[in-house]
Amino acid sequence: MEPILSVKDLSVSFNAFAGTVHAVRDVNFDLMKGETLAIVGESGSGKSVTTKAILGILAKNGHIDSGTIMYQGEDMAKYKEKEFYKIRGKKISLVFQDPLSALNPIMKIGKQITEALILSKSIEKSKAKGRAIELMEAVGIPNAAERYEAYPFQFSGGMRQRIVIAIALASNPEILICDEPTTALDVTIQARILELINEMKRERDLSVIFITHDLGVVANMADRVCVMYAGRIVEVGTCEDIFYRPAHPYTWALLSAMPDLHTEETLFAIPGAPPNMLHPPKGDAFAARNRYAMKIDFEKEPPYFKISDTHYAATWLLHPDAPKVEMPDILKHRIARMREEAERG
Amino acid sequence: MGKDSMTNLGGSGERILDVEHLSMYFTTKKRGRTSTVKAVDDVSFYVKKGETFGLVGESGCGKTTTGRTIIRLYDPTGGTVKFDGREISGRMDKNLHKYITDNIAMIFQDPIASLNPRMTVQEIIAEGLKIRGVKDAGELRRQVVAMLEHVGLQAEHASRYPHEFSGGQRQRIGIARALIVQPQMVIADEPVSALDVSVQAQVINLLNKLKGEMGLTILFIAHNLSVVKYFSDRIGVMYYGKLVEMADSEELFKNPLHPYTKALLSAIPEPDPINEKKRVKIHYDPEIHKYDESNNPSYHEVAPGHTIYCSDEEFENYRKEWRA
Repeated sequence: MEPILSVKDLSVSFNAFAGTVHAVRDVNFDLMKGETLAIVGESGSGKSVTTKAILGILAKNGHIDSGTIMYQGEDMAKYKEKEFYKIRGKKISLVFQDPLSALNPIMKIGKQITEALILSKSIEKSKAKGRAIELMEAVGIPNAAERYEAYPFQFSGGMRQRIVIAIALASNPEILICDEPTTALDVTIQARILELINEMKRERDLSVIFITHDLGVVANMADRVCVMYAGRIVEVGTCEDIFYRPAHPYTWALLSAMPDLHTEETLFAIPGAPPNMLHPPKGDAFAARNRYAMKIDFEKEPPYFKISDTHYAATWLLHPDAPKVEMPDILKHRIARMREEAERG
Repeated sequence: MGKDSMTNLGGSGERILDVEHLSMYFTTKKRGRTSTVKAVDDVSFYVKKGETFGLVGESGCGKTTTGRTIIRLYDPTGGTVKFDGREISGRMDKNLHKYITDNIAMIFQDPIASLNPRMTVQEIIAEGLKIRGVKDAGELRRQVVAMLEHVGLQAEHASRYPHEFSGGQRQRIGIARALIVQPQMVIADEPVSALDVSVQAQVINLLNKLKGEMGLTILFIAHNLSVVKYFSDRIGVMYYGKLVEMADSEELFKNPLHPYTKALLSAIPEPDPINEKKRVKIHYDPEIHKYDESNNPSYHEVAPGHTIYCSDEEFENYRKEWRA
């Protein structure tokens, strides 16, 4: 497999009144053809900023400080606004969190889909309507021909997100970036939208970057997972690496902070709050909240330690000289239980 | 453990809140036409002293309206609410009104919107005490500081303003404000859903601790089933204004009977890739019930403490299913 999109040493910062906010710091990842790569993190971890940098839609006070974003042999980090026109919404499409604000409230949804089709130049104007209705059917909107004339407010949240997905797919993109696409939706609707994204991905051979804070959603969707904290990727691995063999204390904390349906123990709460990215801490950004932190964590930023060919984590705990530390019991028990369940089939 | 003893999990068994046939309709007039939204429709449940009762459902199902109608932010359209044996859904005299506001407090979802940005933390938390006649500044200060420490904040936070705090800390302030008047019951409406995962756990652990220490009864309203399951002794599931199923939390997750409950449970994402990818999601279609004049749904008890909203015919099937 070869990467379709390759992000190297990407750093993004914002000029704010109080100083420079270092939102993304030295982020590296490859998106392989046909895979779903999930980027997980809390608010402020830099996951959305990373994808906005890829598409060149950072806020005005934001800029890429260093790094490359290689796509189709070109470095998109150096693109001017005009050059993005051939990529954005055409080769790489974006699905936002809030479907209501992503749609134009005073334009019929049919028009919004055909607009995307015509702009992408993939079709003649006269055929656009038929194609739009096909797309609406493909994303599961009932009575597509009738609903073509409806306005966004006439749809429920789940249906609106389907329309946004239809617009994103209108240009036959290679890459679909989903930024918290189900966070605003109810669980039963969420399940169906996730199913739809998976189905579209299979049918159209898409590569997907899936951004979320919800680890449960990741388990369902992702082939590989990047865990971000304070602007850095702290752990990367296959879905199974991250959920069954997590190695970074932040991943442990994140996994054991949320109850699942079998949890009875006291939750393992992470003390404190994420650091202020105006002044990123020296060393490991998670050190101050990490109960396993060592002296070196406060002094020197940990490099990525290789755990397996697919699995890397940036924590000094993996250094050969570090004391052996085990993950919290609540997590160990859960993983043992999940394994058992998987074996039983 | 026998089925009978399970109904007594948590709490002394004495009912502190009794909601019967509660309805809350909203009518709107649009171009001369009136339309009615039955936000809460014939909902009955009770909460026992010292337990946590979870109310779950999707957005728009009426769970928040139920909570707000109980503390009379709305005037109910029908039905009765009894708190500690006294009816609080009709006209209340001054004494009863005071009794209710002293004994039921509310924690809101949005920790930013629910704190007045122009008041200091001291003023926010002390307001309830002041209304209840505590005038001495030293006493107010002493109680506020004690409460702040109780919820995991520090004395020096008292003089700050809400915007100086993170989301989790703000929710702690909201909790302190609710608890300073020493209520018997707290209605917590989505208290953690606006918080990040890592902070959510802090607040859930705090609520659990306070519940034990202060002997609180909690009506916990949320949409996140994993959190509700973890936190509640008993759970009621709402769908479109109706309470469709109610049971002890273990029982509900082990033997869900109503098709909507099943759909809801199957949709919870779990952090377990292998099993998650195999799991079959159930889709609920409200049409399957085919309720009509002769086939009216009402509350039926399948097992002690496990009630379900269904027609007589369905009830027979559910009973068979439960036994199986």
